[in-house]
Amino acid sequence: MDFRGGRNVVLAAAVVAALALFPLVAGKFGIDLVTKIMIFAVLALSLELLVGQTGLVCFGQAAFFGIGAYAVVLATPQYQAVSIFWLAPLAVACATLYALFVGSLVLRTRGVYFIMVTLAFAQMAYYVFHDTPLGRGTDGVYLYVRPSAEVFGVTLVNFEKPVSLYYVALAALVATFAFLAVLLRSRFGRALAGIKANEQRMRAAGFSTYAYKLAAFTLSGAIAGFAGVLFAVKDAFVNPELLAWHLSGSLLVMIILGGLGRLWGAVIGAFAYALLQEFFQSQAIFGDLAKHWLLGLGLTIIAMVALLPEGLAGLPAAVSRRLARKPARSAGGNA
Amino acid sequence: MSAEKLIEARGLHAWYGSSHVLHGVDLLLGRGETVGLLGRNGMGKSTLIRTLLGHVRERDGRISVAGRDVSKARPHEVAKLGVAYVPEGRGIFPNLTVRENLLMAARPSRDGRREWNFERVIETFPRLGQRLDHFGAQLSGGEQQMLSIGRALATNPDAIILDEATEGLAPLIVQEIWRVIGTIRTAGIATMVVDRDYRRVAAESDRVVVLQKGRVVLEGAAKSVRHEELAGFLGV
Repeated sequence: MDFRGGRNVVLAAAVVAALALFPLVAGKFGIDLVTKIMIFAVLALSLELLVGQTGLVCFGQAAFFGIGAYAVVLATPQYQAVSIFWLAPLAVACATLYALFVGSLVLRTRGVYFIMVTLAFAQMAYYVFHDTPLGRGTDGVYLYVRPSAEVFGVTLVNFEKPVSLYYVALAALVATFAFLAVLLRSRFGRALAGIKANEQRMRAAGFSTYAYKLAAFTLSGAIAGFAGVLFAVKDAFVNPELLAWHLSGSLLVMIILGGLGRLWGAVIGAFAYALLQEFFQSQAIFGDLAKHWLLGLGLTIIAMVALLPEGLAGLPAAVSRRLARKPARSAGGNA
Repeated sequence: MSAEKLIEARGLHAWYGSSHVLHGVDLLLGRGETVGLLGRNGMGKSTLIRTLLGHVRERDGRISVAGRDVSKARPHEVAKLGVAYVPEGRGIFPNLTVRENLLMAARPSRDGRREWNFERVIETFPRLGQRLDHFGAQLSGGEQQMLSIGRALATNPDAIILDEATEGLAPLIVQEIWRVIGTIRTAGIATMVVDRDYRRVAAESDRVVVLQKGRVVLEGAAKSVRHEELAGFLGV
């Protein structure tokens, strides 16, 4: 459970402090990489809410992310900065509405059908941006002017500066994490956990599970859209691949790698996935083999999942269990 | 029966796919009344309960709860009318703690009563009080059953339906569960009890109903039903 006990709070604070200090020691590449990872961590958290907490395996999360990102770019006039304070809500609203629409239909299915139908709706959105004038084709669209963040003439954040974007992404990650941690401890969050364990029992206990699942699905889409806004502002470029099933699949790998059922598993998973990807793509280490980075990444992920069924987030527990078992066994031997 | 009708079923049929399980069952549970539902395995007891609660979609006949027609209602709608269910196999949430299991379910009754608050449930089941931060999966079978009943009570129901609540439990725990069922009766909550121990069911109920092959074959005041007759139907 998240934030159970003071130790976890201290650990979380230490991680946030380390991330906050990172730009002081990192170069441009490092700042850019960690900014991207933190945005993907927000996106992974949105999926964790569905898969890890509610038991709904969504294979179309990229669609909400892509819609959020595209909305930012498409709603910005070509040579004029737009205030982030209405651009972000607008883009999040677009993703939220699509999630509400998709959720209201797909939540009538379950199991494998649910997975396939979420994939189908995501691919539908993908082709809208890929093949229609709305999405302006496969090459993607540039955001020529990043949004402004001015209040009464005072610029709060300059999105043109990578370090500012880094701190915005960090703040977004902390806020999303804290929001979900509080939400999951509420009655609503417990109801989602109940639905994950046994939906029929929840109905027998008087919960309209469809409404709860739809709320979770829509909220998850909203958070994914929010991550899309951050991504569009950071990269100032969007293309249909943001909505593609590859990204939806990678997100599932991230949260499985990190450990389902724990919020920080999603964050660890996003970092681990991206860092492994960078590692295997490094020509300095692998030379020409770096071209085949997917092979190395895939094998590593298979090994990690096989060795750590609870994911990276379950590693401390697995280690402490192993340590606890050893003395117990030797005590048994002496008796 | 002079008591006000709480749950009433008329001409209830239910199907699982092509197999016709209930054949026109009539059933009544009065307010504050305890009804023992008996029958051998596979005679339709659990199906009857699941049909009353709206879990079996392929059904026919009329069901009303507190005067409201729920013939086509969904399970959560029936539950909200004040009918709590303690399913066979306990049905606790293994991934939530004892406290969370109870708090999640807690809600006032339809007329706003909150008699069964968290404290009272814990008072009724002191063992749960010692396990508040344990996950459901970490409890013993008896504790899980207590939690399941406690969670049902936390909804401040007008009726509780207990399906095989003592199944697979140690004799001492079985005694404890029957003590709680007694407490529930005294509290004025209507109960429907399914259990293998027909003598105990007859002793603890106002009325007994025996199902055979999806039909009611015997119904009567628990005091006036002869045990030999029950044993005949139950094949014991």
